[in-house]
Amino acid sequence: MLTASLLLIPMLFIALILFMNEKQARMIALTGTLVNLAVNIVMIAQFKIQADAQFLVSEPWVKSLGISFDLGVDGISMMMLLLTNFLMPIIIISTFNREIKSIKGYLALLLLTQAAFVGVFVALDMFVFYIFWEMTLIPMYLISLYWGKENRIPVTYKFFLYTLAGSLVMLVGIIYVYIKSPDQNFSINTFYHAHEFLSQSEQHWVFLALFVGFAIKVPLFPVHGWLPDTHTEAPTQGTLLLAGIMLKMGIYGLIRWVLPVVPLGVLHYQNLVIFLSVCGIIYASCIAIVQKDLKRLIAFSSIGHLGLTVAGLFALNIQGAQGAVIQAVNHGITSIGLFFVVDIVYDRMHTRDLNKLGGIAHKSHNFAILFMIMLLGSVSLPATNGFVGEFLLFVGLYQYSAAFTAFAGLGIILGAVYMLRAYQKVMLGEATEATSHFKDVNWSEKLVLIPLAGIVFWIGVYPKYFLDIAEPALNKILSIYTQAQ
Amino acid sequence: MKFAEMIWLVPVLPLIGFLINGLGRKYISKSVAGFIGCASVFASFLLVVGMFFQYQSAEHHEAYVQTLFDWIKVGNLSIPVAFQVDALSLIMMLIVTGVGFLIHVYSVGYMHDDGGFQRFMAYLNLFIFFMLLLVSGANFPMLFIGWEGVGLCSYLLIGFWFQNQNFNAAAKKAFIVNRIGDLGFLLGMLLLFNHFGTLNFLELEKFAPFLKGDKTIMYITLLLFIGAIGKSAQIPLFVWLPDAMAGPTPVSALIHAATMVTAGVYLVVRSNFLFTASPETMMVIGTTGLLTALFAATIGIFQNDIKKILAYSTVSQLGYLFMALGIGAFTGSMFHLTTHAFFKALLFLGAGSVIHGMGGEQDIRKMGGLKKFMPVTYWVMLIATLAISGIFPFSGFFSKDEILAYAYQENKIFWVLAVLGSLMTSFYMFRMFFLTFHGTFRGTHDQEHHLHESPKVMTIPLMVLAFLSLAGGILNIPHVFGGHESLHHFLSPVYAKAAELPELHLPHSTELFLMFGVMSLIGVMIFLAYRYYVVKKNIPVEEGTELPVLQKVIYNKYYIDEIYDSSVVKTLISTSTFFFKSIENFLIDNFSVITGKVAIGAGKQLRKIQTGKIGTYVFVFVVSVVVILLVNFYS
Repeated sequence: MLTASLLLIPMLFIALILFMNEKQARMIALTGTLVNLAVNIVMIAQFKIQADAQFLVSEPWVKSLGISFDLGVDGISMMMLLLTNFLMPIIIISTFNREIKSIKGYLALLLLTQAAFVGVFVALDMFVFYIFWEMTLIPMYLISLYWGKENRIPVTYKFFLYTLAGSLVMLVGIIYVYIKSPDQNFSINTFYHAHEFLSQSEQHWVFLALFVGFAIKVPLFPVHGWLPDTHTEAPTQGTLLLAGIMLKMGIYGLIRWVLPVVPLGVLHYQNLVIFLSVCGIIYASCIAIVQKDLKRLIAFSSIGHLGLTVAGLFALNIQGAQGAVIQAVNHGITSIGLFFVVDIVYDRMHTRDLNKLGGIAHKSHNFAILFMIMLLGSVSLPATNGFVGEFLLFVGLYQYSAAFTAFAGLGIILGAVYMLRAYQKVMLGEATEATSHFKDVNWSEKLVLIPLAGIVFWIGVYPKYFLDIAEPALNKILSIYTQAQ
Repeated sequence: MKFAEMIWLVPVLPLIGFLINGLGRKYISKSVAGFIGCASVFASFLLVVGMFFQYQSAEHHEAYVQTLFDWIKVGNLSIPVAFQVDALSLIMMLIVTGVGFLIHVYSVGYMHDDGGFQRFMAYLNLFIFFMLLLVSGANFPMLFIGWEGVGLCSYLLIGFWFQNQNFNAAAKKAFIVNRIGDLGFLLGMLLLFNHFGTLNFLELEKFAPFLKGDKTIMYITLLLFIGAIGKSAQIPLFVWLPDAMAGPTPVSALIHAATMVTAGVYLVVRSNFLFTASPETMMVIGTTGLLTALFAATIGIFQNDIKKILAYSTVSQLGYLFMALGIGAFTGSMFHLTTHAFFKALLFLGAGSVIHGMGGEQDIRKMGGLKKFMPVTYWVMLIATLAISGIFPFSGFFSKDEILAYAYQENKIFWVLAVLGSLMTSFYMFRMFFLTFHGTFRGTHDQEHHLHESPKVMTIPLMVLAFLSLAGGILNIPHVFGGHESLHHFLSPVYAKAAELPELHLPHSTELFLMFGVMSLIGVMIFLAYRYYVVKKNIPVEEGTELPVLQKVIYNKYYIDEIYDSSVVKTLISTSTFFFKSIENFLIDNFSVITGKVAIGAGKQLRKIQTGKIGTYVFVFVVSVVVILLVNFYS
């Protein structure tokens, strides 16, 4: 019941928003997301630390095709739900004190995206999962298209086509497993036994089909081409949804729907995936160093961080997998923080060009501190969330290959290079004519950044609370690999 | 009451100080901020002193570990937040809180007129917090939290005056160069975990008897040593330290002389059971240290910026510490680390007092004759300079000679070169001293008018440090002088698990002969400096004067920065630009454009099917139905 209400509450509030005037709409949307967060907190209070899914919902849907509306929450889903439902109120607050046209439609789409995200993270039927997966695309598409910047139209097409192409390839893989399955259904049980009815070569290509879909979403080098442009052209909240939650669907998909489904395919391509991921870290981090646009810089840094996440995950051990889950959350927290920092700068300066900024720290002390905290999380300084995630990923990856780890480790040096450069160019130095009037963060901006900063240190200092949630479920997913050893 | 059980409070108190000063920086006055900053560190110091005496008086000198909670626990990886109290952490904590406290007090005077005073005190407290974590953590990751944390504070404090982009660049450079070392440390830690399945010091020590001949240990220790090279500014990663002098002078004293830069030495001593198991690594450490000591000393001779001279002297002394570690003189290294913390902090703070009096001037060519204007500073600086030169009975004499004695016994080449280095040290230190305090004043009239002795809040810490620099040798008086080598006995439980360490067994006559032989040579160097700079009144040439080639190369620090710029930095930028322009913008972007064009083209072709004429649709419909029926019929 609780699971379903997470889906229904945003829908309900969408309806409410449409009846309100523009002023009330933001508060209503905020209330909706807060209610969802509250429900999520109730769930975490009742949550048992165990491997199997809880809060189950199972309704027959299309019986003839073996589709059942199965929902449930295990530790991995719980982490993603917490991320989604914690970030959504923050994303809504980020619209406060900002001029946004047709705000009602905008907020409704944000809530619709939330519902779709929740669906993705709780679906226990591959078909239902796929529906929600595609459903996230529609509001994102509209948000980018109607509220984006000048160059939005080609970029939004690019985004849409890239991800749609990935999804279609994925769908082919899904249908293949479905057809081959003995009892012809899409249930997670069937998929988790796919390795019993799929031959080795079938597993190889089904892996490729599923992997491409998820890899585009992550996004993994070299299929990341849509991300920097989409980030640059999307409105702030689009960026926040994208970086904060949507990209995590890729990581989540890999854990939930690839690793346990086609183990032989995973093992066959393990080396290639890790190789590409490590290439992506160095490649994207290097590119971030020579960016002039602050938002693009952070977009490329995302690609680097997520590359490490996938590399650690594909090491196929518990440290790597835990690292991937916690880093998915961390990246959501820190990248939202950083992108919102960009929003604050752009709101006042109407530019994101590093060479036109500087000296902001003189007057805006709180902003300087909050930006610094997000930066520290991003460069994974110990005692921030980023370190816990990256350390686990490194421990995991090291067990697979020391050489890959050493190359991946270059990312922590390059990360310091581009982030400190960005901070220096934006915040430090003499204030210019324009930046000397820079207004420090206001109350609603504080409401966005301070909770994020709190989580940065919470996960950094006491990650055990979060690590415990996901561990049994991850062990179960990895059992197919650990037993083989 | 057992003080050791309050170990967690030792780092937490400065953290609280940081939070109060940091969050309340707009609401609390400078004097309150200064008080909170100093008091929190002093309270920690008192706790550590209590622990020290209880440890001393206990029957069994066992390490006490306090575990607070699990930090990261995943699978077989288990990292608790835990503190370790033993001889090594105690002595480091005493230095950090003791010298740290004095520098805090000094800063209250030095930074008093700065608009960012509260922020400064907050950063200093944060630094002490991380430094204490570093030296009291009971496992490698805890050490690493402190390790990177002090790097952050170093970054924040070097760039404290962030209006100046040169300072910001220096801060960034320090952080990034340190990160290179940190990657080595991290990889070493990962290999360590992979090999032993734990990262806790006491659990790792249990493997000590089985380490001999284990090749992995060599890799682990070399990787960890890369970390030490970065943090302790050894060749080839020392380039950040001279630039770090951009920070306010108390920062240079605290972070870039007395405490943080010795973290590399601490790391090696802490994991002595690993390092001693790999003779290859020990050789690398010794050689790196020796080369750094000599290299930096030569640069020091030709510098004219008072803080730069001290910076190169620090690099050089750190080299000594590593050379000592390399030949197995662990106590000697720790001893010199301690006395160096006293006299180098004193030298920096004294230099700060000079800079304060000179209104920000740092060029010794523009000083001279300050003796009569700043008598207290003069005398404490004289003590510090004598101490670093190794003159009896100042503290540096004992600590340096212990290292030299070991070098003489273990490796004669090391000994000769180390003596050479210490001769250079005494020469450039006295060069600096004479140029600053003797002769006639060479600055502007304004500066002369302004010259004054620093306030009490600054000179009292100087005097305390001067006393320590004078008397610090008591810690470990060798048997030759009827002492008991107390520090050696105090620290010996720390190396209980190490592979064999050399014992000093030189005859007393040889030891005495070496000591005073070297000292008389040092005396000659001081005399030479005196003759050249005081009697003959030579002043280093003005900026821009053409220098002889060799001198020019050394004056420009062997062009190391330029070499790094044109090799590492340029390569990175051009690779990045290549990735961005040629691959990302050309290949990857065009890939999607081409895909898009194909899609549009396909759409254009497919559109032709949709003619809008009912007739065509009916025709296609009928044909399709027929085809389907036929297919079904025949299959």
